[in-house]
Amino acid sequence: MRSIWIICRRELSSYFASPIAWLLLTMYSLIFGYFFWNLVTYFLQNSMEMQMMGRNMPMNINEQIIRPLLGNNAFLEILFVPLITMRLFAEEKRNGTIELLATSPVRDVEIIIGKWLAALLLYCWLLFFTGLNFLFLFRYGHPDVKSMLVAYLGVVLQAAALLAVGTFISTLTRNQIIAGACTFAACLMLWVFSWVTSYNASTWATVLSYISVLPHSESFGRGVIEIKDFVYYVSVIFLGLFFTTRSLESLRWRS
Amino acid sequence: MITVEDLTKRYPRTTAVDHISFSVDKGQIVGFLGPNGAGKTTTMRMLTCFFPPTAGKATVAGFDVLEQPLEVRRHIGYLPESPPLYLEMETIEYLRFVGQLKGLAGTELEKRVAYVIDRCALGDVKTKLLGKLSKGYRQRVGLAQAIIHNPDVLILDEPTSGLDPRQINEARELIRSLAGDHTIILSTHILPEVEQTCEQVIIINKGKLVATDSVANLQARARGAESVLIEVAARTGDFPAAQVQQQLERIGGISRVLVKEQFTRGAVYELEASKGHMVRGDIARFVVNGGWELNELRPAAMSLEEIFLQLTGTEAVVEPTSSEPANLPPPPSGGGEPPASEAHA
Repeated sequence: MRSIWIICRRELSSYFASPIAWLLLTMYSLIFGYFFWNLVTYFLQNSMEMQMMGRNMPMNINEQIIRPLLGNNAFLEILFVPLITMRLFAEEKRNGTIELLATSPVRDVEIIIGKWLAALLLYCWLLFFTGLNFLFLFRYGHPDVKSMLVAYLGVVLQAAALLAVGTFISTLTRNQIIAGACTFAACLMLWVFSWVTSYNASTWATVLSYISVLPHSESFGRGVIEIKDFVYYVSVIFLGLFFTTRSLESLRWRS
Repeated sequence: MITVEDLTKRYPRTTAVDHISFSVDKGQIVGFLGPNGAGKTTTMRMLTCFFPPTAGKATVAGFDVLEQPLEVRRHIGYLPESPPLYLEMETIEYLRFVGQLKGLAGTELEKRVAYVIDRCALGDVKTKLLGKLSKGYRQRVGLAQAIIHNPDVLILDEPTSGLDPRQINEARELIRSLAGDHTIILSTHILPEVEQTCEQVIIINKGKLVATDSVANLQARARGAESVLIEVAARTGDFPAAQVQQQLERIGGISRVLVKEQFTRGAVYELEASKGHMVRGDIARFVVNGGWELNELRPAAMSLEEIFLQLTGTEAVVEPTSSEPANLPPPPSGGGEPPASEAHA
C-alpha cells in the first residue's frame, strides 16, 4: 500500500512539474465551458419560448443541462484519457527509469496501481474544475444534487475504466505517440461499439454493445446506480490492470 | 555474498549469457570485464532481478533471484548503464523518492539522503533539476540512488562511461571508497579501470566465462615466462640481424628470440626467458661484449590489456573443454557469415 502511494505521488508531481497538467486543465475547462454555455443558452431560449407561447411544458435543469453536459463530457474523456496515460510506462521505458522501478523492492502490481491511481486523480482534478460551472445553476435554479453526484460518479468510473485500458497500452511501446494514438483508437472503438445495435439485433451485436462503454453510462446520467453498470466498469478496470501486470511480466521475460 | 551457477540467458536467436558460474565474497570489489555485447549487462540484470534467467541459479545475500526477488532487490543497489533519472525532478526530491521506494521513511530517510548527498558531493546541486545536471553529476546522482538504502551489494554497470578523464578519476575514487561497506560488482570494458579499482576480475566474452581470478594472479599468470625487449644497433656499418639473433638464442635460459623490428643499423628483439631465469644481465653483457650498442632493454611485462586480448581473442585455446566447434571464431581469411552464437550488442 505504501509503495502504491509513493509511486502515485511521484507520478502526480511529474504531471504538475511539467506543463502537462496545466495545459490539460486549460483545454478541458475551455471546452467544457463551451459545452456548458451552449446548453444553458439553449435551455434559456427554450424556456423563454415556452413562456411566450403560453405553454407550460416542464423544464428540468438536471434533464436538460446536466445530463447532456456530462454526456458531451464523454467526448472530452476519450480525447484526454490518451493524453494522460500515454506517458505512464512509455516514458519510463524510453528514459530507462523502468529499470529503477523494476529493480526496487516493489511489486509490479503496486507500480501499476500507483500509476493508474495518479492518472485517475489527475482526471478527477480536471473534473473538479468543471464543477465550478454548476455553481451558476445552483445560484439561479434548483438542480437535484444527488442525481448530479451520481452522474459524476458515472463519469469518474468511466474514466477509471478507460485509464486502465490506456495504462495497459502504454506498457506495449516505448513511443508515447504510438501509445497515445492506440489508446485513442481503443477508447473510440469502445465508445462506438454500441452503434451496431441500432440496425442489428443479433447476439454478437448485443455482446458488442455490452462491451461498449456508452450504454453503461446512461443509468448514471439518469441519476441511477445500476449494479450491472457498476460491475461493468469495475471489471473493465480490473481487466485493464490485470493485462498490464501480464504485459509488464512478459516484458521481463522477453527483454 | 553472490553466487552464480550455470547462469544462462537465451533469446530466440542468440545466447547472451551461456552457463556462467562465479562467486563473490563479502566486501570484495570485482571487475566484470568484457568487450561490448559480451553479456555483462545481461548478467547484471539477472542479478538485480530485472529479468529472470533462462536457466541456472543465482543468489544474492543468500536470497535466490527467482524465488525471492523482492528480498534480493532489497539488498542490492543498482546503477544501470544510463542513470535512471526522472529529469523533471530535483536532486533531493529524487533521492527522497528512491529512498522511499527502497523502504526508508521518516528521520532515517532524511539521514540517508543527507549522507549520500555528502558522500557523492551533491551539495551544490541539491535543488537543481536533474535534467539540467552535467553528465558527471548525473552519474553521481545515479551512484547516490544506488547506495541510498545502504545495500549489501552494489551493482554498477559501466559507472564511468561517458565521463571526462577528471570525472572518471573522481568516480573511481568514490567507488573505491565505497568498497569497505559494500560488495561491489562493476562492469567495464576499460582495462585500466579494473587494474586501478578492482581486486578480482571476471572476464566474459560472447556470453561465456573466460577467466576469473584476482588481478594480481592474472598478471602473474601471464608473466610466467619473462620477456625482455632490447634494441641493439651497430656502431658503424650494417647490422647483421639474423646472425645476432642466433647468438642471442645461445645465451643460457633464453628460450626464444623474435625480431620485432629491423632497420639497416639495428634491430629490436623480443627475448623470452624460461621461468626463474634472470637473463637481463647476461643479455646486456653479451651485447656490450659483442661490440654493439645497447639502446634499450626493458621487461615486456604483459599488461592486463594484453592478457585480456589474449583471453578473449583466442577463447577456444584458453577454454578448450567447454566450447563446441560451432562456437569457434571464423577463420580470419574467410569473409563468410559470423557464427550463430555471436552476441549482439
